[in-house]
Formats: sequence, structure tokens, C-alpha cells
Amino acid sequence: MTKKPVENTVSINGRPVAIEGERNLLEIIRKAGIDLPTFCYHSDLSVYGACRLCLVEIEGRGIVGSCSTPPEPGMKIKTHTEEIREIRKISVELLLANHDNNCPTCYKSNNCQLQRIARQLGVESIRFGQVLDRKPVDTSSPSVTRDPNKCVLCGDCVRVCSEIQEVGAIDFAHRGHQASVLPAFGKDLGEVECVNCGQCTVVCPTGALTPRSEMEEVWKDLMNPDLCVVVCVAPAVRVGLGESFEMDPGTITTGQMAASLKMLGFDQVYDTSFAADLTIFEEGSEFLQRKAKGEKLPQFTSCCPGWVKFTEQYYPELLEKLSTCKSPQQMFGALLKDRLPEMLGIAKEKIRIVSVMPCTAKKYEAKRPEFIHDGIADVDHVITTQELARMIKAAGILFSDLTPESFDMPFGFATGAGVLFGNSGGVTEAVLRFAAEKVTGKQLQSFEFKQVRGESGLREAAITIDGVQLKLAVVSGLKNAKTVAEQVRKGTCEYDIVEVMACPQGCIGGAGQPVSRNPHAKKMRTKGIYDADKMMPLHKSQENIFVADCYAKFLGDVGGDKAHHLLHTHYQSRRRLPDEGIAFFSGNGGQRLKVDVCLGTNCFIKGAQDVLNGLLGHAEEHKYENMVDIRASFCFEQCEEGPTVKIGAVTLNHATVDTAVQALSRELEHQLSGESAAKDECTSCSGCK
Amino acid sequence: MSKATAATKKGDGAAPAVAGKRRVIICAGTGCVSTGALKVYDAFMRELKKRALNFDVILKPESENLHLSKSGCQGFCQMGPLVTIVPDDIFYTKVSADDVEEIVEKTLLKGEVVEWLLYNDPGTKQFCRGTQDIPFYQRQMRYVLKECGLIDPEDLNEYISHKGYEAAKKAFLSMTPEAVCNEITASGLRGRGGGGFPTGRKWDAARIQPAAKKYVICNGDEGDPGAFMDRSVMEGNPHSVIEGVMIAARAIGADEAYMYVRAEYPLAVKRMYKAVADAEAAGILGHNAFESGMKMKCIVMEGAGAFVCGEETALIASIEGMRGMPVPKPPFPAQSGLWGKPTVINNVETLAQVPRILLDGAEEYRKIGTATSPGTKTFALTGHVVNTGLIEVPFGTTLGEIVLNIGGGVTDDQGKKTKDIFKAVQIGGPSGGCLTPEMLDLPLDFDSLRTVGAMVGSGGLVVMNQKTCMVSVARFFMEFTQRESCGKCVLCREGTRQLLSLLDDVIEGRATPATLSLMEQLGRAVQKGSLCGLGKTAPNPVLSTLKYFRHEYESHVNDKHCLTGRCKVLAKPLINAVKCKGCAMCVTVCPVGAITGAKKLPHKLNQEACIKCGACTAKCKFNAIEGI
Amino acid sequence: MQAATETHATPAEKFANVCSILEKHGRHPARLIPILQAVQEEYGYLPEEVLAYVGVALDVPAARVYGVATFYAHFALEPRGKYIVRLCNGTACHVKKSIPILDALYRALGVTEKKPKHELITIEIVACLGACGLAPVLVINEDVYGQMTPARAAKLIDEILEKEAALV
Repeated sequence: MTKKPVENTVSINGRPVAIEGERNLLEIIRKAGIDLPTFCYHSDLSVYGACRLCLVEIEGRGIVGSCSTPPEPGMKIKTHTEEIREIRKISVELLLANHDNNCPTCYKSNNCQLQRIARQLGVESIRFGQVLDRKPVDTSSPSVTRDPNKCVLCGDCVRVCSEIQEVGAIDFAHRGHQASVLPAFGKDLGEVECVNCGQCTVVCPTGALTPRSEMEEVWKDLMNPDLCVVVCVAPAVRVGLGESFEMDPGTITTGQMAASLKMLGFDQVYDTSFAADLTIFEEGSEFLQRKAKGEKLPQFTSCCPGWVKFTEQYYPELLEKLSTCKSPQQMFGALLKDRLPEMLGIAKEKIRIVSVMPCTAKKYEAKRPEFIHDGIADVDHVITTQELARMIKAAGILFSDLTPESFDMPFGFATGAGVLFGNSGGVTEAVLRFAAEKVTGKQLQSFEFKQVRGESGLREAAITIDGVQLKLAVVSGLKNAKTVAEQVRKGTCEYDIVEVMACPQGCIGGAGQPVSRNPHAKKMRTKGIYDADKMMPLHKSQENIFVADCYAKFLGDVGGDKAHHLLHTHYQSRRRLPDEGIAFFSGNGGQRLKVDVCLGTNCFIKGAQDVLNGLLGHAEEHKYENMVDIRASFCFEQCEEGPTVKIGAVTLNHATVDTAVQALSRELEHQLSGESAAKDECTSCSGCK
Repeated sequence: MSKATAATKKGDGAAPAVAGKRRVIICAGTGCVSTGALKVYDAFMRELKKRALNFDVILKPESENLHLSKSGCQGFCQMGPLVTIVPDDIFYTKVSADDVEEIVEKTLLKGEVVEWLLYNDPGTKQFCRGTQDIPFYQRQMRYVLKECGLIDPEDLNEYISHKGYEAAKKAFLSMTPEAVCNEITASGLRGRGGGGFPTGRKWDAARIQPAAKKYVICNGDEGDPGAFMDRSVMEGNPHSVIEGVMIAARAIGADEAYMYVRAEYPLAVKRMYKAVADAEAAGILGHNAFESGMKMKCIVMEGAGAFVCGEETALIASIEGMRGMPVPKPPFPAQSGLWGKPTVINNVETLAQVPRILLDGAEEYRKIGTATSPGTKTFALTGHVVNTGLIEVPFGTTLGEIVLNIGGGVTDDQGKKTKDIFKAVQIGGPSGGCLTPEMLDLPLDFDSLRTVGAMVGSGGLVVMNQKTCMVSVARFFMEFTQRESCGKCVLCREGTRQLLSLLDDVIEGRATPATLSLMEQLGRAVQKGSLCGLGKTAPNPVLSTLKYFRHEYESHVNDKHCLTGRCKVLAKPLINAVKCKGCAMCVTVCPVGAITGAKKLPHKLNQEACIKCGACTAKCKFNAIEGI
Repeated sequence: MQAATETHATPAEKFANVCSILEKHGRHPARLIPILQAVQEEYGYLPEEVLAYVGVALDVPAARVYGVATFYAHFALEPRGKYIVRLCNGTACHVKKSIPILDALYRALGVTEKKPKHELITIEIVACLGACGLAPVLVINEDVYGQMTPARAAKLIDEILEKEAALV
């Protein structure tokens, strides 16, 4: 270390260390090569100061948390005095005394910070009595398993959920030793507004929040000789999987991965990048159409199920701007379940589609009811990169020694554009590669659009194609998505395409990827994806001959009927909490008409309260108590149309006291005569009708 | 809180005091109402009506239908209901409705004193005619509490007539912020909320911040279980708090202040709301305070029940609508506090001192108290002491003066003053420590207390007699802090819980000598390593009792014996053969027949059979049963 | 002793009051605590569906609303009895033996510390009511009772139970 003038240095254990813009002592101490243990410090999150492990002694100031103390020139810091070592040990022992210590069977074993730090600090016994008050494990979410018995209350999950994703599905509840991290009202995670991104599992230092495993189901199918088990691997998996086998982040392991999948017994090994190319055909064309008509812009991407659920929950009015394209996973599932029976000569119900994804939300997506037809899911199981690595290890396969093999054809064929989907900005770049040639009719000189690349979670670019300027936004992290969504809602921006990925840096940073302690892991994976693109023979989705072949042989036109049926979907507004509303008026009669008045913010401002009072007055006056239930509901998410009232099957927008009372009388009459006056219309999707 | 407030409406007739005419003032504070003040009031009204007499009968402080001279509670609650006759200054205690006729007959009509209703000082056995004769009041120095009990807290004009808002006016109109800070710094005023940080320095740190928006927070979330000084000030003289807040705001350049009042104090909440509204209406607060062109806004907010909100950063979080969880410092609130703006947080009592300091000058103020702890301190004196209540003394007053003279001495469990049974004083509540009989000459001030491992803290003084088990006392506070821990940092959340469980081991006979050293190690770790003040001070009661009453712990651990008998498992009841008169009362009440013995001969207690219910002790007239 | 101040408002009226509470506080997330206090005043406790509504109205995640509601001792998430008996266990009350009073209260009600739920009477232990001079202190709804003993406490409970039985 070069010697700097004293005024710019601090002394760490007697050795001078230069201050170079570090935000806190922890950063400067780690820079000096000392790995102070922490649970609650993450450079991307706010400083929390709860784990008390990064304590240091500053001469003249005593013991302070290094994570929350900015460096000042001349500070004399000691990092491991006897007293501090004792406090650290006691802290860890205290945590272990309130922890489910079944380490060997824990999902996080060997990758657990608590385990690692206990070993690092030399904790050899726990001097305190066990006080764990065992609580049930929450397996309600298809994406995340929550085991409160392993929580150390570091709050990393709470902060990532609110600070990075702005969802706030989990938060601290209660206090003192009863303090815990809980979904709203202590409900299960599967019942609340969680978007399934799983970022909480990435930051969780222990086994308290882990990706929900589907390995057992996959093993079972693999072992069943009657089944044809097909696997589709997402682009980002190839640059993450190696980390589980001591390789550097970003190492491209496509060949070993394919080989290991075949060794595991998958009958067909396909590349989801194929479906990404297919997506570009549909989504690119959809965009060009919207752009030509000047409607439903900006077009938001819809590949990311976390983002889709986020929109459904918080921005239902923007749903029409979402591309109607299914995600590559679901397109692939639908396509394969449609084509493979014929191609392979196997009955549809004997085919199992397994996705390997860098993502926990994909597990949820595959279970959405619109992707399950007559009990047969388009995608049967979704496992994460982490789970695949575990399966490879469980089978005893020596991954690093494998001879690379290739994907199976035709659905293992992909272009670099499809692989780009793994990076934030990848979908946009792939669309540009497609649209530029479609619009100009000329071949691109260079296939790379570096303007859309970068590390920032919110990037803008303007690209001129054939004299038409396209304004693009590339967003990752839902907090950033919220910023753009707000601008779009208020009409303060003029984007044409907005790409959104829920996880910071896109799918390569997904919660299904191996958890890395390397601070540069995401950057290296991103580079791996761009390198993989370069190494592919083809770089534009429209060059994927097998995709073109699909259209020629059975899909018909891009965006045509068959394609629309198989490859597109629709969205629904979604309440954040499954609530029963607040009952105001009800009686004991048998067949009672249900009346719900939305009292969400927008409806309330537009006078919903008056409408509710009018209806209540009317019902009381006419003694309807045995015929009508009147409730307040929180939000029908038709905010622009408010006040909204639902009377039986009828949805009344822009309601007034008069129209609501009229509708109530009308519906009551119809109910007496045995039929409803009107059918509830599907407003979110007209395309599929 | 009382029926009076719930049932009465504000009357319009304010009968002015007529010189020479006798007036009856009945205290209707929380304490007196609970002992029957309202019945006394009704009896006076009946009696006067019957005799067609026209005396002012004034119910104070919570009545609103006669709003003359309402005043704050005078802190002598256990002697209530209190009736004062002015101008004679006759002070009757423990008055019942039946006594009213005699008071009217003798005192009101003839000016005679009903002697047996006067306070009888247990020390001197003398009757005390007025408050000035009662040692409880005599030996105090009322500075912050001066106007409490004298003025009507709900009447802004009364406050103004006692030089109210003159200091704030001076600060706003003729002093620079720097001059205000300097005056407070020169006065040596230190924060009364616990740590004793110099108030002037705190203000200066916020004053020099360049931010355009700053805040003042008045911390009235008095959470120490056993302290009620701030409550008395807010109830008895709310305007003095507002004036202090205004001066602090002027000093740092803030134009908005929050008054965070503990919600368990409904009357204080109500009084603060009214005082703010009145001051606004009078143009003291508002867009143009004292026509200075400066804005000054006060917002009252009720706490929702969390001890940790006494901690500055937790208090800020609570005002911001979040869980009251402390955040690491730095940044300090003076740099980045409420909504990220420079913020000064002072405790009620600190702020209430400020107006007088500014009026009288720093030099005058320094004449009170000690060199490093100038001024007075209010204490809530409670527990096994003859006179419980709210007291105010100059810093440096000795422990002995407070307990033996103002407090009138230590009592036994039945409330009888008894010699040589003083065991300890717990000072500063859950963050404090204990003081022992050896420290009776210790002057109470910030620095002397620190030398014995205690702190002024909030100012709760709980006197404990020999029958108190110090392990149980430590457990009581530990139970409190572990419940009130916000649960954020590991050392406090898990550490206090483990300390409690180790104390339970001691109390229930499972402890070994290693338990005590583990308690000390853990206590020190929690003290040094916790995130906030609550955690850092939480082990104090344990460490302090371990230091001064180690023999008690050791007898629990080594002999499995609780000398006081409070820890049931370790109680070893014995009949003192010398004291036992053989009356057999204990034999009859014992539910399990564990006591035997012939009449007029000392009885025997079979410890095997005894269930330690304590029925015998309660019945024994000779205190012959010991160790339970 | 009086019963707790109950609002005999209909659900709709109560809800309308919640809306005006929200308006009064400008639907400002920072006013969450005073809003919850006012809602509890209205309902006697914090019903889940109202908390969910408050979250939507303030644009605060429901989990955070729940976190705040469970942090502060004043907030009750379960309906409470007509009579709220608050026993002070501050230091002064504690050293003057408040815990035997608690036991007496439980016995008189026929409940236990682990299962203290009683339809009519809710027993709460509070840290300090600031009436230390009267220790031990018991408060039933708004009425303060000082220098309490186990026997007197049990008698107060019996009186309430008798009074309520007479109403039925």
C-alpha cells in the first residue's frame, strides 16, 4: 500500500489505510483485507446496524458499528480486541440459542452465513439455553419457502423487498423477542402481494428464506420410464451454473450443462433461447403494429412474471400496454405440448416439460391457471439453476470434467439474440435487431446495440431507424419500474418500448442463480451472456431458421390466429390482499344479491362514499335486508372508471347514487325473475375473443 | 381521566377571587379523585346550599365547571383527598365527605383549624397547618414545578401574568440564535432525559447546519415505569414547555415542532392540545410569532406505547409513522433527524427550564445546583417511603436528605415507618442502578451518580426496604426491557431475553456460580455492543445489583435460599421463637397444617409441608415468621 | 364504574368515520400512527380489513401497517371487552405488590395468565400510569382506583359481573 499523507488515512490495527471515498469504516476495513463478519450489511441496501458483528473500537470513541460510521482522517481503529471478539462471539451464540440448528439438513448448509461466521469466530459451544419457540414453516408460495425458525432478523429481506422492489410484501412485526419478519397480518406468503421475485432469498444469510424446491417432483418424473421428460434451459443459467462448481461467475458452461442434463436422464434437452427468438417474432411484430397505429405505447415487455404480477397488482390501468406475448417459458411450453406429441409420437399426457430457470417467479408463472388446460400444464416443473446444480451433485456427476455436448434439435437451436434475454437490455436489443431489419428491409451492418447496455437499473436510449426515432427505457428492479410506470401513467414520458425485469441486472441476477459472495458476480455473468452472443453463429432472431420453419409448417402468420392462441395471453387486475371487504348491510335470506362498492382512493375521491350511503339508505328504506348484502371493497382496480360498483354480475362504472340505486332495483327485479340483467364483460383483453 | 372531565361541560362563570373571603380548593387530581375528592366536593356544595352560604368551592385541577385556580397535582397524592382553605393556608389531608360539615362550621365560618384533619408529620409528630410547615414541601426547591399548583394550566393569561412567554418574546425579537445558544451553553443546562448531554452544545450543533428546514421535538414519552415528572409539568404548566420549545426553535432556526406526549397521560395530552391552540389564537404560535415575521408551528402527537421511543432516533421513526426502531448514529439528529432535517430533541423538563434561564440569565441559574450539574431536578419518589410523590431539589442534594427528610423515612410492607430497614434506592428506572445505605451522603448529580454505576436517568427514585429481594428487582427491570426492546439488534433482543432467563435460573434455584459470571459477561457485551441507549443501559439493573448485592445472589445460588422469602422456590420460612407468642393465629390460617405448637409456646413450622403461601406472615401480629 | 365508551355506530357509519379520519390526516403515510389511534377509538380495536383499507388508502404496504400496529402496545388487533381493566405494573406498583392483584383478577374472572380472554372484561398490564403515589393502581375504563389490594380488586370484578348479569 502506498503511503498517503496522514490526513487522508485512518489507522487500522496500527497500519495506515488511505481513505478513498469509502462510505463507512466497514468498506475501508474490507478494502484493507480484513473480512469483518456481517449479516445485515449490503452495499445496495440502506445501513441497518442490527447484527452488531462489524463492531470496531475507535480510540477516544469506544466501540461503534463500522457499517454506520464514516471514516474520518486520523481515526485509530482496532478490529479485533479481546472485548470485541467476545462481543461478536456472544452475538453469534445468542443467535444460535434461538435458531433451528439442524444444519446438515438445511437447504443453506455450506452456504449459510451464520454457519460460516460461527466457524470463523471460533464459536465452539453455546453458553446460553435454547429459547427457540418453534413455528410452522410456510410453504404456501410456489416460489419461496419461509422458515421462521432460521431467521436472524437481519432485515435484509425486508429492505430488499421495500428498497429495491418497492413491494413490501414482508416486514417486521411485533417487538422484543417476539419480533419477526412476517407477511401482512401474519398470513402466509402465498396469500399476500409478494411478486415471487425471490430477491429476499438472495440476501437471506441463513435458511430462513429459500427458493421453493421442485427437485423431488423432477426426480420422480425422470425415474418414470413411461414419461418423456423434456428440459428447457433459460439463457442466464449457462453463465451461472458453473459457480456451483467452483468456477468463476460468468463462465459459459452451455456444453457441460447439456451433457449433464442428458446424463440426468432428460429425454430432450432444449434451449429456451429458441423460444426467446420466437418471442421476438411475435413481440417485435406486435410492437411494429402498435407503433404504426400509434396506440398502446409504450409497449412494456412481458417476459418477466414478477413484473407482470407487479403490474397486475399496482398498475392495472397499464395492463393494456403490456405486450400480450407469453414469456419464452410459457410460449415454449405451449408450443412443445402442441408439437411434440406429433413429432415424437408420444401422447401429450406422457410428456413432461421441465424448465431450468434463473428465477423463482417462473415457478409461480407455470402455475398460473391460464397456462393449465384441462389439468395439463404447459410447463410441468420449474427448477432453478441452484436446484439443477444440486441434482447434478446428487447424481454424482463431475460437472467440471464433462465433455461438452449440444442441445437437441430443432428446439435447441437459438441465435445470440435469444441468449441476450438473460441480460437486462437483452430483450430490447433483440427487438431492435429484429425491427431495424423489418423496417428498413436492409441487413444491419453491426448487430450490436450497445446504447441499451449498461449497469444502471434505469437506462434510456434513443435510436433512429430509417428516420424514425425510437425512445427506449431499459429497467431492472421493480422500484425503477415503478418510477417509469408512474411517468407513463401521468403521461410525462414518451417511450416506445419499456423493457422491465424485476431482478436487478435482469435474469442473470435472478433469485434462482447460485448465491455468490463475489461482489462482481452479476457484472461477470452479464459479460458471459454478451460473450455467448458473440460466439454464436447467428445473432438475430429472424435468422433462426427453425423458428421460421415453425411458422411455415404450422403457426401460420406471425401474430395470426394460431400464433395468437398458442403464444399470447391476457392479464387480470389483481387485488393485493384477498379480502372480504367490510360488510355493512346483510340479513339472513337465502339468495341475496351481492353489492360491492369500491372505496379505493380514486373511487373515494370521486364520491364513492355518497354512492355507498345512497345504496344503504335505499336498502334500509325498502327493507332489503333479506335480499341484499352491501359491502365496501377496497379496489376493483378500475380506478380511471370510478366510482365502481358491482351489483351481482354487473359492474357499474362512473356510478352515482341514482344510477346505482336504479341498477340495484333492476338487478333485484331480474333476480326475482331468475336471470341477470347483464354479463360482466372482460375488459382487459379483447384480442382473444 | 376522572369522572369530572367526563361528566362536566365547561362553565362560563369564572368567579374572581375576592380578597379576604375564604375559598375552598379541592384537589381533583387523579390521586385525589380515586380516594373520593368528588364526594367531598358534593358534600361541600350540599352543606353550603343548606346553610345558604356563598363561599367559592373550587375543584382542581380537572374540573371545568368552576375554572378558577385550577392547578397541577402537588405530588402528595397518598394523603388525598386534599382540601386547601385560602387565604388562611390551611391544608387538610385525607378529607372525607363526613368531615365537610365540621370544616364549614369551624374553618369557613369561624376561621378555626380542625386540627385532626391536618397533616401529622410522622417524624416530629407535629400537626402541620399549611404546606409550608410540611417537611415534604419545606425541603424542596420548586423551580420547574414552581407554577404547577399555583396557576391554571388551561389559562394562557395566567401564565402570561407570571412572566409567561416573555423569554420567548425576547428570544424572537431581541436575540440572535447564536446568543440564545450561548446563554444556554453558559447556564450549563444538561438534558434531563437521561444522559445529561449539555443542551447548549446540542442546539449549537443543529444551529450551524445550513438546512432551510429544521425541527424541534419535545420528548414527552416518559416511559420509565415509576416516573411521572414530565407528566406533572405537562399537566401543571404546559405553556412553559411550549415556551421552551419556541426558544429552542429560535436557537436552531426551526419553524416547526412536535410535542410527542405519552398516550397513557390523557390529561397531559389534552392540556398540551389546548395550550397549543390557545397560544396559536393569541398569535404566540403561528405564522407571525410575536409579530416577528417568523413562523412557529407546534404539532401535538400522542405516543402509542413503546418505551424505546424515548430514544431519539426511535422517536423520530415514530413521528414519521413507522415502527419505533432506533437507527445507528451518526448521522446524529442534529445533522439529519426528522425527515432527514436537522432536529433537536429535548425532554419536557429540560425545555421547561429554558424560559427562566433566559429571563434570569445564565449566571443566576448557575447559583442553583452544583458546578457541573446546575439547576434543579425533579424526582418521582416512590416505593417504601413515608411521603411518596413528586419532588424537586437542587442537584447535589444528598440521597439521605431525599429519602429520610423529604421522603420522611423508610416504611415496612404495611406502610409503617420503621428504622433500619432501608435497603436500596433504585434510581433511573430500567436504565439505572441502585444506591445503597452507604451512599446516603452521595450528592445526586450527573457525575457523582456515574461514579457509582448509576445514572440520573428519567428521575425515578424507588425506595426499597429490607424485605425486598434485589434479584427479583433486577428481574422486574429485565422483564420490562426485554419486553420493550424493539427487537432490532441481536445483543439487546436476544441478550435481554437470556439475561432474564439466567435471572430466572437464580430465582428458581437452577443457577450455579457460573451463571453469575455468565450474567456479567453477557451484561457487559449488551452494554457495550447494543445499537441504542435502551440496549446499552438495559443490563444496568442486573450489573448494579450484582455489584452491590452480590451476597444476595450468592445466597440464592450457593445456599438455594432467598433471604427475603420473595423467591418462593428458595424461601425458607422460620418461626422466630423469641418473637412468637404462641397465639396460634398462624396455625389456624395455614392451609396445609404445616405449623404446629401448643398455645403460649413458640410454634414450629414444617418446611417440607409448607407451600410458602404467606398466609401465616400476613396474620402474625408479632412479625415472628421470617423468611417468607 | 362505567362501561367503555362505545360508539353505537352502524358499520357504514364507522367506515365513513374511517374515511373522514383519513381525510383529516390528508391521507399522509407519516400520519399512520394517529390514524390507527383514531381507528381504534372508532372500533375499539384494529380490524384486519380496516387496516388493509388504511394501507391501500395511504399507499403503505399492508405488511408495514401490520408491523406498526403490532409494534406499539396501545394497538389491539383483537376485539376487547366492554370493560378494560388496566393494572399498573410500574416500579412503584410492582414493589407494592401488583402481581398478587393480577392473580386475584384472573381468579375472579376464572381465566388464567396463558388464556386471559374473557368476553366482557379485558385485563391489560400497563408499564406505568404515572400515578405512582397511589401504588398499586388499577384503572377500570376511565376510573382510577389507588392503593389496591387483591381482595378489593376481586370485589371490583365481582361487582362488574353482577351488574352485567343483572342487565341480562
